[in-house]
Amino acid sequence: MSNDSLDPRVNRLKLGEAGEVVKVEEGENWNIYEVFHQEKRGAHHEHVGCVHAPDPQLALVFAKEQFARRKKCVNLWVVKSADILAFDVEDEDMFANNMEKTYRDASGFKVMEKINKFKQSK
Amino acid sequence: MYGGGYIFDEPNRNQLREEQQHDEPEKLAAFEARIANGEKIEPGDWMPAEYRRQLIRLIEQHAHSEIIGALPEGTWITRAPGFKRKLALIAKVQDEIGHGQLLYNAAETLGKSREAMINDLLSGKSKYSNVFNYPAETWADVAVIGFLIDAAAIVNQVANAKGSYGPYCRALERICYEESFHLKQGHDAFIELATGTPAQKQMLQDALNRWWQPIMHFFGPPDKSSSHSEKLMQWKVKMASNDDMRNQFLESYVPKIWELGLTLPDPVLRKNTATGRWEYSDPDWDEFFRVINGGGPCNMERLQVRKWAEERGRWVRKALMKPMEKRVLPVA
Repeated sequence: MSNDSLDPRVNRLKLGEAGEVVKVEEGENWNIYEVFHQEKRGAHHEHVGCVHAPDPQLALVFAKEQFARRKKCVNLWVVKSADILAFDVEDEDMFANNMEKTYRDASGFKVMEKINKFKQSK
Repeated sequence: MYGGGYIFDEPNRNQLREEQQHDEPEKLAAFEARIANGEKIEPGDWMPAEYRRQLIRLIEQHAHSEIIGALPEGTWITRAPGFKRKLALIAKVQDEIGHGQLLYNAAETLGKSREAMINDLLSGKSKYSNVFNYPAETWADVAVIGFLIDAAAIVNQVANAKGSYGPYCRALERICYEESFHLKQGHDAFIELATGTPAQKQMLQDALNRWWQPIMHFFGPPDKSSSHSEKLMQWKVKMASNDDMRNQFLESYVPKIWELGLTLPDPVLRKNTATGRWEYSDPDWDEFFRVINGGGPCNMERLQVRKWAEERGRWVRKALMKPMEKRVLPVA
């Protein structure tokens, strides 16, 4: 049966009738895995996007195709999106810093000033 | 976690919450202020329902265009002239499918499942770029697509990459990086035919003549006839007007076509030195809408091939879904 296409491969297919209804079921495109890309040994794995896959092994295979086609990559991690525990976006304010945090920094301790003052007082 | 919007076996974290169903003036003002300030909107942030709807529509159709756009070029993989051209074409087509997946992921963060998007493509409810409803008749068509359609897409995508929705911008950044290879290999194939034998030149000129109108259609109807795009511009969903993008494309690429001794099938096409803008005859917009609504030479083939792939691939997807489940023959 010829489909009258310019593509010889398409002409070999048994295409359905026009207007035929094809429906993909929810869940048929598997689960979502987040992908983390490592550029060189010892570097942090960086989140680069996600893939759909039926299991972690295939997620790795798809991640390699999708995120390691060109630029340097030595390793990939995949994690099921549902397994990631994160804070609510709305709770962002809990990270707001007290601006006065010098007690946590080396710069908050003026040792030399005190030493100099001590030496001058002698 | 910008891809995790839809997870089929878990409750959807990005579903509209009750207070998000209606746009509250205060939240809307804060949202618009963020965008005016150049901030990106991220999944989970409050956004007007209309912003979400328009973004889903935009990103989803962009994704469909990548997937369907691989079909006319994929046709030529088996017949590409030479090993290097074949390798480049395979790589380009793989990139396009990858772009489709990146974009589907970006749309998923807005709460629409990948399956729902594919179903809307198959049923014809959701559209894709009109240029892919035309056939790639010769190898010269592949050169024209790779050079000029990709160039036009880059003009559009570079503009959209400065938009307000974070996941879409990040996907586009990666896409534009890969598109620069598509453009270059297309330009290379284009030049090779343009500077080749008389038969090659003729083949390229013929392809150019056939593709010029679809290319002029590419950026959509003229500004004067398109409605309600003001809000989309303010929300940075739409980053440049159709006419501005068309003008930018003509400015960059018409000289590159003319310098090779080729012509374009528009007698009034020229740059107005006084205004700095390009003048051209209005392409046939009735034809544009006729093709979008299913009347083009390849609309039916594109969707039938996509449906065939979904149906014939289903058993593989299902088999992989439950790898431990083995089929057992009846004992008696």
